[in-house]
Amino acid sequence: MSARRTFAKWLVVLGVLHGIVVCAGFIAPYDPVEQDRKSPYLPPMRLHLADAHGHLHTRPFVYSLRLREGSFDQYEEDTAVPHPVKFFLSGTRYRLLGLLSCRMHLFGAENARIYLLGTDAYGRDQFSRLLFGGQVSLLAGLLGAGITLFIGLCIGAVAGYYGGWRDSLLMRVAELFLALPWLYLLFALRAFLPLAVSPLEAFFLIIAVIGAVGWARPARLVRGVVLSSKERDFVRAARGFGATNGYLLRRHILPETSSVLLTQAAILIPQYVLAEMTLSFLGLGVPEPVPSWGNLLSSLQLYSVLVSYWWMYLPALIMVPFFLGYLGLASSLQERGEAYKIEKSSLGSLT
Amino acid sequence: MKNRRANFLCCQMLLCPLIALVVLLGHPAPGSPQQKGTKEEIFVLPGDAGRSGGRLVVSLRGEPKTLNPLIAADSRSREVIGVMQADLVHINRATQLTEPALAKSWKISSDGLAYTLVLRQGLKFSDGQPLDADDVLFTFRVYLDENVHAPQRDLLIVGGKPIAVRKVDSHTVVFQLAKTYGVGERLFDGLAILPRHLLEKPYQEGKLGQLGTLATAADQWTGLGPFRLKEYVAGQRLVLERNPYYWKSDAKGNRLPYVDELVFLFVPNADAQVLKFQSGETDTISQLGAENFSVLSKQQRGYTMLDAGPGLEYNFLFFNLNDAGEKTSPETLRKQKWFREVKFRQAVSAAVDREAIVRLVYQGRGSAIWGLVAPGNRRWGNEKLAHPARSLERARALLKEAGFSWSNGPNGESTLLDSDGKTVEFSILTSSSNADRAKMAALLQDDLKQLGMRVQVVPLEFRSLLDRVTQSKEYDACVMGIASFDADPNSDINVWLSNGGTHLWNPSQAQPATPWEAEIDRLIEEQMSARTFEQRKKLYDRAQEVLAENQPMIFLASPNILAGAKNSIGNFRPAVLEPYVLWNVERLYLKNGTENAAR
Repeated sequence: MSARRTFAKWLVVLGVLHGIVVCAGFIAPYDPVEQDRKSPYLPPMRLHLADAHGHLHTRPFVYSLRLREGSFDQYEEDTAVPHPVKFFLSGTRYRLLGLLSCRMHLFGAENARIYLLGTDAYGRDQFSRLLFGGQVSLLAGLLGAGITLFIGLCIGAVAGYYGGWRDSLLMRVAELFLALPWLYLLFALRAFLPLAVSPLEAFFLIIAVIGAVGWARPARLVRGVVLSSKERDFVRAARGFGATNGYLLRRHILPETSSVLLTQAAILIPQYVLAEMTLSFLGLGVPEPVPSWGNLLSSLQLYSVLVSYWWMYLPALIMVPFFLGYLGLASSLQERGEAYKIEKSSLGSLT
Repeated sequence: MKNRRANFLCCQMLLCPLIALVVLLGHPAPGSPQQKGTKEEIFVLPGDAGRSGGRLVVSLRGEPKTLNPLIAADSRSREVIGVMQADLVHINRATQLTEPALAKSWKISSDGLAYTLVLRQGLKFSDGQPLDADDVLFTFRVYLDENVHAPQRDLLIVGGKPIAVRKVDSHTVVFQLAKTYGVGERLFDGLAILPRHLLEKPYQEGKLGQLGTLATAADQWTGLGPFRLKEYVAGQRLVLERNPYYWKSDAKGNRLPYVDELVFLFVPNADAQVLKFQSGETDTISQLGAENFSVLSKQQRGYTMLDAGPGLEYNFLFFNLNDAGEKTSPETLRKQKWFREVKFRQAVSAAVDREAIVRLVYQGRGSAIWGLVAPGNRRWGNEKLAHPARSLERARALLKEAGFSWSNGPNGESTLLDSDGKTVEFSILTSSSNADRAKMAALLQDDLKQLGMRVQVVPLEFRSLLDRVTQSKEYDACVMGIASFDADPNSDINVWLSNGGTHLWNPSQAQPATPWEAEIDRLIEEQMSARTFEQRKKLYDRAQEVLAENQPMIFLASPNILAGAKNSIGNFRPAVLEPYVLWNVERLYLKNGTENAAR
């Protein structure tokens, strides 16, 4: 029972996290590609309750930052005017869930800009980029994992159920896929593509590649489950009653693989998010200025950024709750699967 | 970007001279070596005296390809060759004026066609062999030999004819030009005088090009520069030692150079260079980006960082204006219709936020530019050239005049359409290894978005970028930068002339493709043979105007020259010309009591 409860808990955590990312347009105060050229590498702003004169304010407020004289990346707070944080402000237009055109943003300030997590080299809001970047990275992870599992399921089922030469062939191909040096192949692939790839094309290319790369492992797992379950009594019985291969697979064998697939999904999604980040970090992902978590981190390749602007590391931290969520989900799924198995095997020993 | 630095070759004559040399190498003679016969005419430099001894360690962005000035084309090789070789007349990097070098004086005949150079007496190569007029004759014979393919050859063809060199006596040489040459004696800068005793035999055998690899034995290579070869460790360092026969001394009569050893560490990239400098492994650093400069400035520990002011590098955007004939894809043809429209290029130029580039890319350590002559070049810039501020209205008006229109998308964003109703979208190439230019391209992308142009930035490895621009010509637009090696217009001649290899928007044309390119060609050619500075300046100013009107290159910004050195390094005075820090390497010294043996 407790396994079920932890499972639900992780599901809620993930739901909330994904909800935030899906509603990026609403929660983020600014357009992720909008450049504020007066404020490059602006550090995260502090939220104040007490102003410079010691007065307490009912609403949290920020001071806008200005460049220290003679400097190009040192800022100081302009304590003359406090800018209170306002909620449900109207701002740049965005599309909620890709459909609804809206202008309302969760928070913001009038006559000033709030940079909760600072800005990057072009004065773009890191907080907004982080949220919008999550849309790209998480979608890449989810779709990539979906493709992988679908391919893995099909190939694993065919190999396990039909066996014989089909099994050998498919499993050798799977081994080949496991052995290929993917990163270098990807570099080569990119060299053959047309010079300029639009962000959308690049996005689907990444998904296709990371989706196609990882099918071998789930395929082997599925094959194992199919192999064992096709000899089970209820399958034999169904076959004895004249069930066709398709019916057997659909009704009796594939449902057996669901717990393996779900566990795999929970493990693969964060892995694939990480893969997207790696590719974007190396410049093979979605092109600038579209944000993705890997793109956000790629500025860390420069030594000067590495040592000067600590807030550029934040995109690396944002993955932590997501990864914890998915891994927690995976382990509770596994527990559930095992509890189920133990139940069944103990039943089996009774009979 | 013609290469002019020169150097020496490796010898194959062994035996007798070698034995003497080995003895010498074993005991590097301090001060002046023994002199026989004629008295040495040493070049005495004014200024503070330094301290002799010690080792200077500098970083080099990767291994040089060769030590041979006849084949060196990369900047790393040129930097190393620059400290191992010497020229007849040298451009002082600080004053940007010429000064005597191996030639103690020169005279130009009244018709401007004959240059008489008098060599210093009693000079010796770094292997102790004497220098005389025959070495100079040999050098220019080699440079001008078509079979050698020396990059210096182009520079020695004046008025379509190679310069003729004649010996008057053992220390006087006359150079006869077919046509007056505005560059004057600057022409000799960087043309290394080669050792005839080492190279004549390989030259006759046609093997010159194979000489001067880094693995050359130290006694097989020689030059007239302040340092000579000592040791090469593949992938790690090149060690040079002081040339005991070097022909310069300080005001107190101490023979230069001061340091005993000059070590070039091979460091693969800019960030690694910064780390090596920070940890004290190298003594100086140059070619710094503004961001790394500010990092180093913030945590100064025993070193000084210096902003030497505006340099000669210019960064620009250009469009593909090549006429590749039938090979051109229909898509490229469609785009070239926009690129060829001068109003389109002017509109792009008007939309560029140059101030933002200076601020965001160079952290204010740079200047916005509107022409090819960078602000570091004070003599040749055209002051009358307009510096229009950024104006999107003007850009839109220009586009409208050229028949472009806009359509509004659902989210309020407008898209630029050409006269056929097609969306204006193109890509800009940048070098993936140059963070500064990648940043410029990202800013351009956003600037042009405001005109409704859809621009994509494509970072490419520099070699494949160059290949696309100069060979296959498959690209839309590109952001690049060139650093002139000298303030004289001569150094950018291949950018100006339509048949030049770095006339990037349409390189190596057989005939000028447009009337304005033909006019630039004419102005530049005339300028080359004009005799007074005023005449040359007038013609060069006009060429700059034609370029600015037609905007084949949209100039963006020019960075300042940033450098740094340990506080223990004396005479550290970076110049805005290449080689920024090592130009006065013979005078760099380690101050009292400082020992820096770090490797």
